[in-house]
Amino acid sequence: MQKNIYLDYAATTPVDKEVLREMLPYFGEKFGNAMSIHSFGQEALQAVDEARGKIATFFNATPSEIIFTSGATESNNITIKGVLKSYYSKPKNAKIKPHIITSAIEHHCILDSCKAVEQEKLAEISYIKPGKDGVVKISDINNAIKTNTILISVMYVNNEIGTVQPIEKIGKLVKKINAQKKETDFKILFHTDATQAINYCDCDTKKIGVDLLSMSAHKIYGPKGVGILYVKKGTAIKKIQDGGDQEYKMRAGTHNVPGIVGAGKAIELVQKNGQKDAKKIQFLRDYLIEKVLREIPHTMLNGSKIKRSPNNANFTFRDVEGEGLLLSLDMEGVAGSTGSACSSGALSPSHVLMAIGLKAEQAHGSLRLTLGKYTTKQEINTAVQKLKTVVVRLRKISGSVLEDYYSNK
Amino acid sequence: MQYSKKVLEHFTRPHNQGALKNASGVGMVGNPVCGDLMKIYIKVKKDKKKGDIISDIKFETLGCASAIATSSMVTDLAKGKTVEDAMKITRNDVADALDGLPPIKMHCSNLADEALHEAIKDYRNSLIKN
Ligand SMILES: Cc1ncc(COP(=O)(O)O)c(C=O)c1O
Repeated sequence: MQKNIYLDYAATTPVDKEVLREMLPYFGEKFGNAMSIHSFGQEALQAVDEARGKIATFFNATPSEIIFTSGATESNNITIKGVLKSYYSKPKNAKIKPHIITSAIEHHCILDSCKAVEQEKLAEISYIKPGKDGVVKISDINNAIKTNTILISVMYVNNEIGTVQPIEKIGKLVKKINAQKKETDFKILFHTDATQAINYCDCDTKKIGVDLLSMSAHKIYGPKGVGILYVKKGTAIKKIQDGGDQEYKMRAGTHNVPGIVGAGKAIELVQKNGQKDAKKIQFLRDYLIEKVLREIPHTMLNGSKIKRSPNNANFTFRDVEGEGLLLSLDMEGVAGSTGSACSSGALSPSHVLMAIGLKAEQAHGSLRLTLGKYTTKQEINTAVQKLKTVVVRLRKISGSVLEDYYSNK
Repeated sequence: MQYSKKVLEHFTRPHNQGALKNASGVGMVGNPVCGDLMKIYIKVKKDKKKGDIISDIKFETLGCASAIATSSMVTDLAKGKTVEDAMKITRNDVADALDGLPPIKMHCSNLADEALHEAIKDYRNSLIKN
């Protein structure tokens, strides 16, 4: 039997063997609680501190600016809700409803957090639509800024179409606007969800100018259930979960020591090999896109071709629906992902694909293939060959229904 | 979400798939927004004893696995039946014949019975017109 081909690295990645090796002792012999005073605790604390140090280096931050969480979802929730909590902790603010700017193509954990605080009437939110290329325009961000804007949250790399957002430029804009403000004015905080960017983009927090940054370890060959929130020193944010005094009192709960050790090692490996891996991945990804567009007719690439993360390809095949496509590919041993509603149980297709102007049926007919450091050219060749057969089969079944539907209208 | 073996069989090797030339009736349901479009073609033969019989039936479907499987199954269920009996086929009959559908698929992609009924109505309308 041939091994299955995994082209869904944006969903999650396997834990790197080196990462796993570093984690293992912290499940068994070094099992201490990092908050305990005794030697068991000290041993665990030392491991947490070491990981924190590696991560701080990667982000050009100080260790006390690194907060461990359970994942990007939690980091993003803390960002939206914790910034508002800090805002309302000042009695003088109670009468002015604050304003948050985000993009229409964020991950659901940002969008739903925003919708939640909007519903609770704690904030008004602007959802900035990207251009057709899937990239948010800096001028649209600039135009949305108001005197009561307290937070801008824009993702670094989109998880569906891989488009890279102008984070450094937004950082500069925020810096410029804040510099013009008076002491008593509301300062704008800048957050980025960098979950899909760590492997491929410059994450020097000083350079990109962010106050807050989120990520998950399982997207970078680390373990699931561990995340990081970078919080720049002095940022106006409060914890949203009550309990112990862990993480500089920003995030209560016993440290996930093996997970944190794994996150530290995973980041260290990205720092060491990231650029080399990215080059190889981009080469294979470009090969994949070129091959698919050339060999499968009536196919388009969704999202900018150039402002794009090196590992992402997202196609739409005319007269094909994504769930059936995924299922058929899976039967052939190829794992991908789709923006079709039918695969997730949602009622409408991907909000990202709709935001870049696709028709519903184009969003339903999308396929995301994301590569990783273990992807080979052989795998790409096989996957494209399988994809071709499956698309032909499904197109035969759909015949001319779509065309008929529009000509009958 | 788990599909039954039957659904997967009909999805991978659908029965009666394609278009019918000179169909007696055609029915199309669904819309691109929810992702499923189905078209059913029927050929009706007059039988002295039994009445109007669906002698041939084919489908074209753009949609998820369960949309394709339900289309395939409804053609199996309707073939050889009188149009009266075929009108009585319900979405539950289709789902049951497939050993069930995942709950969220019961409504959105279980439209094949409607497509069949539309095809029969189309056939009946054409009789009136002629
Ligand atoms: C951009 C982005 N943000 C947030 C998340 C959520 O990560 P997690 O499920 O690990 O909390 C993901 C993962 O799917 C993501 O791609």
